[in-house]
Amino acid sequence: MPAGRVLDRETWRPSRLTCKYTLAYLGPVSDVFQALAAPARRAILDELQERDRQTLFELCTRLTMKHGLELSRQAISQHLDVLESAGLVITEREGRYKFHHLETGPLRAIFERWTV
Amino acid sequence: MRIVLTSVYVDDQAKALAFYTDVLGFVKKKDIAFGKSRWLTVVSPDDPDSTELLLEPDGHPAAGPFKDALVNDGIPFTSFDVDDVHAEYERLTGLGVRFTQAPVEMGPVTVAVFDDTCGNLIQIAERSGQ
Repeated sequence: MPAGRVLDRETWRPSRLTCKYTLAYLGPVSDVFQALAAPARRAILDELQERDRQTLFELCTRLTMKHGLELSRQAISQHLDVLESAGLVITEREGRYKFHHLETGPLRAIFERWTV
Repeated sequence: MRIVLTSVYVDDQAKALAFYTDVLGFVKKKDIAFGKSRWLTVVSPDDPDSTELLLEPDGHPAAGPFKDALVNDGIPFTSFDVDDVHAEYERLTGLGVRFTQAPVEMGPVTVAVFDDTCGNLIQIAERSGQ
């Protein structure tokens, strides 16, 4: 396993928004499965794959216009918290703006675990 | 009843006038001394008798937190129509305007979002079909 990023407790950064420190430290990999279980969260990852670094507004607009998901901004924000706890999304603050990035490291760890 | 005016809360009226005219390309319509500030509006040169945009001082204590919360989530409170979002994106980027959202097609509209330097995010929209 290359960097072992997901399992490395030194570099693991749980969500600052949700403060789910215990959850994040106990089982980052199982968090990834939980995070991927919801279609809305997979749609968020799809959209971040198409264009990385998006504001909450852009993600909300994309989910509504392209996926027909009738979710409130709060609901989408909570989905982002779950993805961030699982290490799949990283939020970056730049001045007054906040952007969301796709982080595929946790997926790579899963892929490498079961790939022949 | 008619809608003739809409506002953006700006942190500095002189700076706002410069940005909304020199950079965006609107023209000044009204500039009237109004207490410590000005009743300052701009209009589109393409449609000078249409809705005026009031560059309104954001001095009210609630305005700052409101604007900050919108910007934090990337939300534009105001939207302008343009003929070609990509062309405007190139033009404004060349003038140093900061975009938080590059042009993206969202069904019947293509939209982009930029910072007006006065504390607001502004959306520009191109409608491809009616």
